[in-house]
Amino acid sequence: MIINVLLVLMAFTVWVIIQSRNLFGVIVLGGIYSFLMATVLVAMDAVDVAMTEASVGAGISTVLLLGALYLCRSEEARPMHKPWLPFIVSVAVAGVLVYGTLGLPEFSDPQATIHHHVVPRYLNEIQQEVDVPNVVTAVLASYRGYDTLGETTVVFTAGAGVIALLRRRRKGRSS
Amino acid sequence: MRNDLILRVIAKLLIPFILLFALYVQFHGDFGPGGGFQAGVILAASVIFYALIYGLDDAIKVVPEPLVESMMALGVLIYAGVGYAGLLLGGNFLDYFVLDPNPVHGQHRGIFWVEVGVAITVSGVMLKIFYMFAARGKSDD
Repeated sequence: MIINVLLVLMAFTVWVIIQSRNLFGVIVLGGIYSFLMATVLVAMDAVDVAMTEASVGAGISTVLLLGALYLCRSEEARPMHKPWLPFIVSVAVAGVLVYGTLGLPEFSDPQATIHHHVVPRYLNEIQQEVDVPNVVTAVLASYRGYDTLGETTVVFTAGAGVIALLRRRRKGRSS
Repeated sequence: MRNDLILRVIAKLLIPFILLFALYVQFHGDFGPGGGFQAGVILAASVIFYALIYGLDDAIKVVPEPLVESMMALGVLIYAGVGYAGLLLGGNFLDYFVLDPNPVHGQHRGIFWVEVGVAITVSGVMLKIFYMFAARGKSDD
């Protein structure tokens, strides 16, 4: 019930973002969208993901976008022509995604395939093997430690890429 | 914004609590929601908050750029180091069971250091990106 209300609010936020030409307002609405998403995730009992969404989506992203806005004008320029091609591409992609969700199992369905693979083993043996009350942490850091190492490397690579792109050359050293 | 007394005082009051919350999220991640990634972002957010109120130059004095750049690599090295520690102690890569005579304590130890590595890398990268964006506007004008 509460999730449906939040989803309607999110759709409304997206509609206002589409209509608005003021980029400052768009960035703030983007932050609001992320907070609504985080609340939906809390309502679905995914608190770890909700915390990440709130801190990264609503926090850091908003600040970085505001920093980018500081470098350009705050009013979006009017397009030269109607953007029909991007519109058709967006609608087509959205249609494919919605079609994909039709094949997913029901939310919190205990018979779903994903709950029969390794989940029973994790939930039953985690207390003897790892003894960490938060199963999410145990899976991320221990059972799936290799994946998390990869994710950390991805974050590092992203930072290195930003440095390579935005690094200013020092004065007096011409290349 | 730099001369706004209310913002400066509020920032000074809030930042210690934000830092404490980051540590709580980091080290309580085994028991409640949270972990290295979220704690790293909150840690970076507190420094970004400081930079927004007091200016970028003051923030760079507190957290200098060479430190931020080293943090980016250091976190990944700590994480991979835990993996190699497992190898040296006779297990597989990222095998926490061999890190302590008691396998369950070994798991705790491995998870602890892995989360520390994630937090260091994530906060370093977030801060570095913010520094680069913020310094760009200043130099181009």
